[in-house]
Amino acid sequence: MNLQEHNISDNNFEQCIKCTVCTVYCPVSAANADFPGPKQSGPDGERLRLKKPDFYDEALKYCINCKRCEVACPSNVRIGDIIQAARIKYSKKKPTVRDFMLANTDLMGTLSTPFAPVVNFALGLKPTKAVLDGVMKIDHRRMFPKYAFGTFEGWLKKQAQRQASFDRQVAYFHGCYVNYNHPQLGKDFVKVMNAAGFGVQLLDREKCCGVALISNGFINQARKQGQVNIESIRKKLADRDMTVLGTSSTCIFTLRDEYPHLLNIENGDVRDRIELATRFLYRLLSDGKVNFRFRRDKKLKVAYHTPCHMEKLGWSYYSVELLKMIPGVEVQMLDSQCCGIAGTYGFKKENYEVSQRIGEGLFRQIEESGADYVVTDCETCKWQIEMSTSRRCEHPISILAQMLES
Amino acid sequence: MKQDETMTTFDVIIVGGGATGAGTARDCARRGLHVLLLERSDIATGATGRNHGLLHSGARYAVTDNESAEECIKENRILRHIASHCVEETDGLFLTLPEDDLAYQSKFVEACRSAGIQAEVMDPKEALRLEPSANPSIIGAVRVPDGAVDPFRLTASNILDAKAHGAVVLTYHEVTDFLKVGNRITGVQAVDHKTKEIKRYYADVVVNAGGIWGHGIAAKAGVQVGMMPAKGALLIFGHRVNRMVLNRCRKPADADILVPGDTICLIGTTSTKVPFEEVDNMLVTAKEVDILLREGEKLAPALAQTRILRAYAGVRPLVASDDDPTGRSVSRGIVVLDHATRDGIEGFVTITGGKLMTYRLMAEWTTDLVCKKLGVTAACSTALEKLPGSREEEEEVVKRVVSLPLAQRRSSIARHGELAEKLAGNTPVDNSLVCECEEVSIGEVKYALNELDVNNLVDLRRRTRVGMGTCQGELCACRAAGVMSGEGKYCAKRAKEDLASFLNERWKGMAPIAWGDTLRESEYMSWMYEGVCGLKSPQKQGE
Repeated sequence: MNLQEHNISDNNFEQCIKCTVCTVYCPVSAANADFPGPKQSGPDGERLRLKKPDFYDEALKYCINCKRCEVACPSNVRIGDIIQAARIKYSKKKPTVRDFMLANTDLMGTLSTPFAPVVNFALGLKPTKAVLDGVMKIDHRRMFPKYAFGTFEGWLKKQAQRQASFDRQVAYFHGCYVNYNHPQLGKDFVKVMNAAGFGVQLLDREKCCGVALISNGFINQARKQGQVNIESIRKKLADRDMTVLGTSSTCIFTLRDEYPHLLNIENGDVRDRIELATRFLYRLLSDGKVNFRFRRDKKLKVAYHTPCHMEKLGWSYYSVELLKMIPGVEVQMLDSQCCGIAGTYGFKKENYEVSQRIGEGLFRQIEESGADYVVTDCETCKWQIEMSTSRRCEHPISILAQMLES
Repeated sequence: MKQDETMTTFDVIIVGGGATGAGTARDCARRGLHVLLLERSDIATGATGRNHGLLHSGARYAVTDNESAEECIKENRILRHIASHCVEETDGLFLTLPEDDLAYQSKFVEACRSAGIQAEVMDPKEALRLEPSANPSIIGAVRVPDGAVDPFRLTASNILDAKAHGAVVLTYHEVTDFLKVGNRITGVQAVDHKTKEIKRYYADVVVNAGGIWGHGIAAKAGVQVGMMPAKGALLIFGHRVNRMVLNRCRKPADADILVPGDTICLIGTTSTKVPFEEVDNMLVTAKEVDILLREGEKLAPALAQTRILRAYAGVRPLVASDDDPTGRSVSRGIVVLDHATRDGIEGFVTITGGKLMTYRLMAEWTTDLVCKKLGVTAACSTALEKLPGSREEEEEVVKRVVSLPLAQRRSSIARHGELAEKLAGNTPVDNSLVCECEEVSIGEVKYALNELDVNNLVDLRRRTRVGMGTCQGELCACRAAGVMSGEGKYCAKRAKEDLASFLNERWKGMAPIAWGDTLRESEYMSWMYEGVCGLKSPQKQGE
């Protein structure tokens, strides 16, 4: 009899068997009763929306797109994707000026870096915070990441020649944060890669990966930027055998998975060659293809925090194992839980309380850890942790750079 | 069994709580008669609740049975008006596939038009734009005013209106015998299945509206009505694949209608003659599932990859007029039998034939005959007066019922129309969900328990869609049983029995299509209920 042998439905939600484990693992459900939860918003809601689009509930905006539901799901339902796709398809709410500013990390960075000292000073002032809070609905308690005076791209271009002298090359998708706010991480990356025998190149054109555009409802712009990025990557990889590396787990996750799932950008030909620096280095080191000379005089105790998109990628293992390879570094694993900031989500006044409530458990564990640094692969987790705890938060690559013998 | 000697007298007793019985109760009550409706089980358990839920435009019958087609389109328009909360105005397409004869299309359109059915020939490309799920290889399409109708809601709403006009409705009361004086029927003897009491009810006229079971009811009165049970099997899919009703533009055959109904869609039907002994226990065979899938995929190819929720079958109460073994060429025409003129038995009327679409007309004709016998001259108002639930525009109710979360609000208003206002609500407990797939709240369950004659979980499903979603009772059944027990409907022991029998009833529908995710989910469900919670099957309950 016909058992629908090739039953691979486009409607992935039909694989849901209602076990509800997604809602158990949802950080928002635990902190905000107005969010219907991943099961209700995702597979259950999708079925209702197929009946009639007016079943779309604007409460889906509370989803932080952490994808922890997808990690928890034993039935492989793309719950987070279903929710984000529904927001894209059905939401009638227009993004605000505030959303535009938060989402356009690229534009804001370009405008701010030339005047970084002034901008940073102004953003720290009470009157500025009051205006941002009152007019823009950006919570006054939120600390802004500082803008850098000059971009990472500008710095790297100056030493293009030196980088070209290496036999082996990697391309670097630095992301907005490294470029505009924290070029030091980019410099650390270059230092580490050079020590491993790789020169670092930029893509011909790099746009913001678009994650903040997606979550703020600027889908067309996200798609345009995504197409530019994938085209640039394709061109770069066609020239020679190399890999595109990133230091931001969210950027890399977006390029690999959100592009095809949410923006309909085909990336199958290059997806496997886009990855995180820590994973790339771990493999080289564990295969004995690279040997680093580490400092012997320094001891560090670090606590690793698993960002949500790292959890989804399944790659925190590589970052942690890489850290453990460094003599003198003691690594403690923090429980894998969302820090609450979720990119631009935590900046919004209406989400501030929920954002901090989500992170509570993590903050407590960090305070109790006794670590010198918290280490994580995501920049927004870093902001949240540094704002909400007494610890500095660094990227594994920066720790590695610090521990290399100069 | 106890004997109940109290005598209760009515103008008319209606036997059967399907759409026709409920409609007749409504019509009679509205014309001022004192009505008793007796149903051996729950409302809408026979053919009423076991069909496509198709709001026929009549197009399907246009070529073969013009009279039925005309009745359908007239009733179609009436139901849109009086039962708007039970109807979805989806429109339908009659598709011509490459394997079909395109010449049939012009014959079809002409027949539709002569029956008064609007039939618009469309460019196949335009039709595919309107209905992207349709088979892309179609060579012809005709748009007709088909729609979807929820038979449970329709029946329950007729019952509500009948009761509002003084009717007494007793479910789980099975007529076991007729009371006679000479050649006149004076009432019925019935057993109350809940209390096991035997009761007698008296009336001037008894109406047999028992569907296929009307055959046996008539026999108890000493009358032969030659009925022919024709089984029709259907498959329910997990979500809506199509927005419009899809039909094949050819001579009616197996599995050529795909109807979007509420959150799901369903394909049907087959047609097989079955013996009377089987009508109480219809099982869908592997062969029927095969036919339904094979033909269904031709209408909407996506069905090949869509999860099937369950399979079920109903029995058409056709009045045998010839020896056609398929039961298809039999007229769906309405048959009202006055047994006084036909068989010399006074005070007894049988209403049969027809179809869900024409239930109201059947009720009108029956009530006309009852009134004539009783000398009542009141006119029928059922074609004009809206049913409870359909008396206000949905969007108006949505604006007023604001306390519920959005999906819950929309779902409950779709099910109950303006009566959704009566849902117990606005406390966090009442607003929490019993059924997550279909968004049924505790408040809605309480409303159904208090006002809609609910005795067990299966009854509750017919009023609220609890257990009709993809989980088929996995999460909602135990919660619903808990609410029922908490509301004093039954004790904990009965609640457990009811839970077990409800889950078994759900399994019966899943068994014929138990593969893939449906099987996985049912395994999970039995692991949870039997393995973790230790629920035993009803047979083992006593051990």
